[in-house]
Amino acid sequence: MGVATYIKDEKDQVKEVILQSGIKIKPVYTPKDLEEIGFNYEQDLGDPGEFPFTRAIHPLGYRSRVWTVRQYTGFGTPEQTNERFKLMISHGQTGLNVAFDLPTQMGYDSDHPMAEGEVGRVGMAVDSLKDFQIAFKDIRLDKIGTGLTINAIASVMLAMYQAMAEGYGYDKKEISATPQNDILKEMVGRGAWIYPVEPSVRLIGDTIEYSVKELPKCNPVSVCGYHIRESGCTPAQEIAYAFLIAFAYIDEVRKRGYEAEEFVGRFTFNLNIYGNLWENVAKFRAARKLWARLLRDRYNVKDKKALFLRGIFGGGGSGMTKQQPENNIVRGAYYALTAALSGAQTTALCSFDEAYTIPTPRAALISLRTFQILMEEIGLRDTVDPLGGSYFIETLTKQMEEKILEEMEKVERIGGMVEAVKTGYVQKEVAKQAYEYEKRLQKGEVVKVGVNKYTEGVDMEVELHPYDEKWAEEQIKRLKELRATRNNREVQRCLKELKIAAETGKNVMPYLVDACKAYATVGEMADVFREVFGEHKEPNIF
Amino acid sequence: MVERKIRVLIGKPGLDGHDRGAKVVAFALKDAGMEVIYTGLHQRVEAIVNQALQEDVDVIGLSIMSGAHIPITKKLMELLKKENLDDRLVLIGGVIPSKDIEVLKEMGVDGVFPGGSYFHEIVNFIKENAFKKRKVAGGY
Repeated sequence: MGVATYIKDEKDQVKEVILQSGIKIKPVYTPKDLEEIGFNYEQDLGDPGEFPFTRAIHPLGYRSRVWTVRQYTGFGTPEQTNERFKLMISHGQTGLNVAFDLPTQMGYDSDHPMAEGEVGRVGMAVDSLKDFQIAFKDIRLDKIGTGLTINAIASVMLAMYQAMAEGYGYDKKEISATPQNDILKEMVGRGAWIYPVEPSVRLIGDTIEYSVKELPKCNPVSVCGYHIRESGCTPAQEIAYAFLIAFAYIDEVRKRGYEAEEFVGRFTFNLNIYGNLWENVAKFRAARKLWARLLRDRYNVKDKKALFLRGIFGGGGSGMTKQQPENNIVRGAYYALTAALSGAQTTALCSFDEAYTIPTPRAALISLRTFQILMEEIGLRDTVDPLGGSYFIETLTKQMEEKILEEMEKVERIGGMVEAVKTGYVQKEVAKQAYEYEKRLQKGEVVKVGVNKYTEGVDMEVELHPYDEKWAEEQIKRLKELRATRNNREVQRCLKELKIAAETGKNVMPYLVDACKAYATVGEMADVFREVFGEHKEPNIF
Repeated sequence: MVERKIRVLIGKPGLDGHDRGAKVVAFALKDAGMEVIYTGLHQRVEAIVNQALQEDVDVIGLSIMSGAHIPITKKLMELLKKENLDDRLVLIGGVIPSKDIEVLKEMGVDGVFPGGSYFHEIVNFIKENAFKKRKVAGGY
């Protein structure tokens, strides 16, 4: 995915380059191109740190602050995750990004029949506050920001993070968590949804509202174009859909009487990098500009900082290949370069073995070193937006901007993102793009090195991340002990209160914090919502 | 006798939500003239087998990306046998390390198509084998 189409003549000269977003690239760009698009420095770019932030959100870019590297980590038991966190911090990683196993993401306790074979497999298993206490032991929660990669029950995990931090003596005002908390993209692309569309969006509204009041340093939503792109959409659609999803959450909170200005500065984005370098750089520059414009024009946001498109621009797993996996180290380096040229504030890479497994420590470390080499050896910290002013990049940025708006309009015509997800419009569009791409790849119209061209060579043996059935046994043992030793009357009381809050439309967050502190399990809390809200049914797209 | 269309059930067992591969293959099989039913995500193996029975499919293809392909396939094969569906063509796709392909075949899986397999390989394999394996042949 993400590779441009090249049309060549009989002498192997490139006749036409068509980017995935549908834009043709010309062989040469000159000042005339800038004239044609009516390029105006003040309006289209502005200085770094100035509206519309096309060049950067900070005036000095990486000179004032190098990016945060936040590799996705977490596996097996909370003890193992804690060890890995400490290892990555000791190697210079400055933020955490927690991977949860699938039962946790789906709101099942480790001993639920659906959890069989999955406990601790693709991330850390969490059944209760106990597990969080172990995973975050001895980590400075006032210094390190933590991404929580969870969506359907992000509300539960945010509450648990607060409960854990308070137990360790931190004030909730000083902790910084970024739950992913983007359920609409799960329904389009990643698949870890539980509840139907509307109550799911309401839970996100609850977390945003609660964060505004109680957790000033938390970013309650990370809107993920990333996974929609992984599922097959074009780079322009990635941004268009991400913005429309963000609007759906903004509208949910505005319904409660808040102005966008009061909370939208807390939104972050998780966006994808793979494929064509130029298309990606132009995409991010266009996205920063459009986000600021749209917030100003549609939601009357005036505060400069609230207009920043902040977030993680990370190397995409779809760019990585199973074939000749060493090549992924090289791909990762180019994706990291793309991130740097795009002014990413936070970044991460899929490790070279990620087409096989969650990253092994060696692979995760290579990713981290890749970023350090860029920033500290080859000069990506030297100046802000080094490609700014290029005839080509500025033309392409403008074209991407138009494409993004075009894609947004298609969805808005059918009533916006909530409607488009309910009917399956976006899911179908994304799956169709994935199919078209796959056909082109199989026909050799797009090139993927080691996959459909230059396939000779020995595939390296990848050391697989081990999975041990014993983790599940350990986890289940701890869970059973917990259920036997906690104050079950208090747990029941908390769950009952939670249910009433869910039924009556009260903000569920304070009730979740209480339930977490009473050691209610993830499955118990998630089941309260299952009972009240029911479960999501996928629209048929075939 | 008009040869009827091959009926395929594409299933996503377990909790993994990565369905790009499953959907893309579903489109390819449809384009190749087959009838395709997609179970949707988060299915228990029991539910997939039940749907295979209800829909009277010739082919059952599971897409598994989570690494749990061995236990899931084992369960599938047991249940298919129990329901007398062991004459249906069984295909497994997803993230399948090459060392596990033989293991799956020993369990009775007919074809293993890891990510990156070509559509025409899957289509040809199904066209050649679906009716051959099934006791009720190409027409009723």
